[in-house]
Amino acid sequence: MMRQGRPTAPGKAGDETLTTFSGHRGLDHEEPLLFERGAEGRCGVDLPAPAKMANRLGDLARPSTIGLPGLSEPQVVRHFVRLSRKNYAIDSGLYPLGSCTMKHNPRLNEKLARLPGFADLHPLQPISTVQGALELINTLAHWLRVLTGMPAVAMSPKAGAHGELCGLMAIRAALDARGEKRNRVLAPESAHGTNPATAAMCGFSVDPIPADARGRVDLAALKAKLGPDVAAIMVTNPNTCGLFENDIIEMAKAVHDAGGYFYCDGANFNALVGRVRPGDLGIDAMHINLHKTFSTPHGGGGPGAGPVVFSQALAPFAPLPFVVDRGAGFDLVEFDTDAGDATPFGRMTAFHGQMGMFVRALSYMLSHGADGLRQVAEDAVLNANYVLASLSQDMSAPFPGPCMHECLFDDAFLKGTGVTTLDFAKAMIDEGYHPMTIYFPLVVHGAMLIEPTETESKESLDQLISVLRSLAQAAKAGDVTRFTQAPHYAPRNRLDETRAARTPVLRWRPAKEE
Amino acid sequence: MTKIFYTQDHEWIRLEGDVGTVGISNYAQEQLGDIVFVELPQPGTKTGRGDEIAVVESVKAASEIYAPVSGEVIEANSTLEGAPVTVNEAAESDGWFFKIRISDQAELAGLMDAAAYQAFVEGLA
Amino acid sequence: MRYLPLTQSDRTDMLRTIGAASIDDLFADVPLAARRSEPLDLPPHQGEIEVERMLRTMAAKNLAACDAPFFCGAGAYRHHIPASVDHLIQRSEFLTSYTPYQPEISQGTLQYLFEFQTQVAMLSGMDIANASMYDGATACAEAVLMANRATKRRTAILSGGLHPQYRAVTETTSHFAGGIVRAMAVAPDGVEDIINAIDDDTACIVVQTPDFFGHLRDLRPLAEAAHARGALLVAVTTEPLALGAILSPGEMGADIFVGEGQSLGVGLNFGGPYLGLFAARSALQRQMPGRLCGETVDAQGRRGYVLTLSAREQHIRREKATSNICTNSGLCCLAFTIHVALLGEAGFTQLALLNHQSAIVLAQALTGIPGVTCLNEYFFNEFTLRLPKPSAPVVDALAAKGILGGVPVSRLIPGDPNLENLLLVAANETNTDADRAAFVAALREVLA
Repeated sequence: MMRQGRPTAPGKAGDETLTTFSGHRGLDHEEPLLFERGAEGRCGVDLPAPAKMANRLGDLARPSTIGLPGLSEPQVVRHFVRLSRKNYAIDSGLYPLGSCTMKHNPRLNEKLARLPGFADLHPLQPISTVQGALELINTLAHWLRVLTGMPAVAMSPKAGAHGELCGLMAIRAALDARGEKRNRVLAPESAHGTNPATAAMCGFSVDPIPADARGRVDLAALKAKLGPDVAAIMVTNPNTCGLFENDIIEMAKAVHDAGGYFYCDGANFNALVGRVRPGDLGIDAMHINLHKTFSTPHGGGGPGAGPVVFSQALAPFAPLPFVVDRGAGFDLVEFDTDAGDATPFGRMTAFHGQMGMFVRALSYMLSHGADGLRQVAEDAVLNANYVLASLSQDMSAPFPGPCMHECLFDDAFLKGTGVTTLDFAKAMIDEGYHPMTIYFPLVVHGAMLIEPTETESKESLDQLISVLRSLAQAAKAGDVTRFTQAPHYAPRNRLDETRAARTPVLRWRPAKEE
Repeated sequence: MTKIFYTQDHEWIRLEGDVGTVGISNYAQEQLGDIVFVELPQPGTKTGRGDEIAVVESVKAASEIYAPVSGEVIEANSTLEGAPVTVNEAAESDGWFFKIRISDQAELAGLMDAAAYQAFVEGLA
Repeated sequence: MRYLPLTQSDRTDMLRTIGAASIDDLFADVPLAARRSEPLDLPPHQGEIEVERMLRTMAAKNLAACDAPFFCGAGAYRHHIPASVDHLIQRSEFLTSYTPYQPEISQGTLQYLFEFQTQVAMLSGMDIANASMYDGATACAEAVLMANRATKRRTAILSGGLHPQYRAVTETTSHFAGGIVRAMAVAPDGVEDIINAIDDDTACIVVQTPDFFGHLRDLRPLAEAAHARGALLVAVTTEPLALGAILSPGEMGADIFVGEGQSLGVGLNFGGPYLGLFAARSALQRQMPGRLCGETVDAQGRRGYVLTLSAREQHIRREKATSNICTNSGLCCLAFTIHVALLGEAGFTQLALLNHQSAIVLAQALTGIPGVTCLNEYFFNEFTLRLPKPSAPVVDALAAKGILGGVPVSRLIPGDPNLENLLLVAANETNTDADRAAFVAALREVLA
């Protein structure tokens, strides 16, 4: 009689404090560094044997070893699959990071970006062999111009902050062309850190504009700061509190009357796409984060893409290169001498920009169309307002709604509980969520900025709302260790950032041989 | 008797003759949290009152340190390079930043004494 | 719309919860003049079939490198990328995660960034590397700004062998940041006197090796001369595979190394996204731009990784930050790291050697054509030919024959009669005997 196979039964609950021999915990594997796994004589690729011939390296041939570990393909694959399992991702859960627009990344975009006709093109191939690539850039540029109502777009900036730099360089070039030395840039206190950093990289000093009680730019204070030395205002709209700057047309008029330009940080364009055109607001330059509004994947921190749209006033100064449609075919203008009447301020990057991101963004735009993109903005705004309205009793919002695509809470509801914004965020990890953006914007105490995006269902939002409500109630009820020791259920508990910064260890080194 | 003065930016300066020893106040180190790095001026650096002269970094913040008086830096506290934690442990003694030869004693008149600074800090809460 | 989960009845319910009569109420802050009631003048939404058809049509108008004998370089290099690289970078947990600001649930990204930093430091022979920049050219521009900060000087001297677009990006960036850039004359033969250009306001000299024309530069005397005047040496490499064959910049005395990492794992992508490499000596670590990942421990003492030295960065330091950079090239770092991991020591050096040999064989064959000479005595996988006629129309004629036969120097430096006949040719491990034979025969025909 076969007695080998037995059904498993649930039995008693396991002991959570069990220490395993391996250090692994079920599906959660500890994984050493690549460098701790290598062995000489192992390799993850098979290459033909080199020929016997003299080299042409002169006396610069490498005499030493590099120190790279030798690993086979299965080891490398397992290593990175195990690492991947230690990451939170949009594909695995809601990712409500305010100001980051963590929306679904369609896989069609990935598939199309990998077509050899786009992915396997050299940037300096003859123009006749890349007509389809230039057509794609030109088509995407057209969509961006129509969606923003702006007459020109620079495609080459590689990320949002790079786009900001592009915009401010164009402003500086325009001022130079007018023979004016204007050195002050006004930016709200709530601005992204990139705004002042970018202005400084262009030699501008940054003068903060205070906010009013409604969380918007204080128009009177702005007007009081304008003067003949003001080059530009840099304003995010919707702003970093998730609010539309309702005086924006007035602000534009005021800065233009004072001889300055209006740079808009377009990080939050997802709230407006298809419904509001920045060109109708009096903006002179705005970057568009293709990795936010147009769903190119964030990839753990990049690569991004940050095309910049320009008004008529700044368009002539847009950087090289750019694509032109000559009727008989597309061409790439790479030098001042070919730029006609335009006077480009220079070049921001080698080659022509983030082509791989352009393919993905255009695929996204074509999929949504004019109607779908408008729906994107509406659903993004609706979802954020739904979260705001549903939690207004349990958490504390510094500004009343409606908000735009993200909603802001502060830590007033945690006052006296012993739980901080950081603790609250870490407790969300235990509940299976990536935390919202915390401590930004700086103008709100203990800020918590939630951007659900349009790709979350109502059921998903309802679950988030009920979890946040429960956490708020637990904090108020004095269940403090739930928060201060969180996260309990993550691959790592809280990490010692002080130690990392005091004695930086920025690379692996082999153990010293005795 | 040594005299100690404070600035509104939370630096302190202790006088010995025409030399002042400068650091950040205990209140300031508490506000900054765990200090991870201090960038100190080179001896010989000449500074005006209120100029940026050093930088102190915690994990999530960085603050400029302004010279409380004009003068020439004559010594920097090199122990802070290897042990920035000293600022947290002893902000107003071993955690000093640099010594400065004061060029104009009259500038000291604009600073607060310990009691005035204490009142100033209490007013910030 | 397949990407939007809300149903019409969801929307109605949610508006009721909010207390709004319609979606328009939520846009009440938008000035009336800027509210658009009709859709924009763009086509309506489409299904996967239609979108794929449109983009495939565009892609089909291009001549892909895989469909032609391919010999282009000049700052972007083609190599075989192992299949597992692209598979792994498409893992949802890598592809669809954000910057690792919550380290407890981002150890995957953080650990590979730590591994990436280590690989870059090893390859370049430098102490430390950051978690990447946008591309090689922007990394070069940032290195110059960093050298200005570190030395408190203002002038950068750029070698005449620096990639012309790196030079242009560095000039643009420095111009607006208030720095001074002095570029040496273009040096197609790889010879120039940088040392005599160094003076007491020189923050750095910027020298590429292999240089734009493929010459291998000995950085040792340059490092010595720069250091003697208190200046830094910034070494640039656009083809990091070369580091498997030649002395590393660190071994030659470089203070900062920048490069383009695209040739390992990333692919051509018509110029982007690419991967800026940035490494330096430890003493300069607090002047570095960009993200740095560091090792630490968690509350239980377990090893883990975090972003560190953040007080340099824009989100804390704002206008006093070392750079405005916020994004890195995360997924491209991952591709690089996986490719280099698969190669390992043996594979990396062997691949480098195969590329070198492929170039030697190609150079020999091409210089057998009457009137064609090679400017390089020493090179890695790319060299410069002087043709008997202007190279741009020659390359167009080769393209008409289905061959991507290098990059004319005039494509990057137009209008110089001395450079008009020069052609940059790069070889790689995927070139076959048949590819080379086709190239040689076609060039012979075009030049005849």
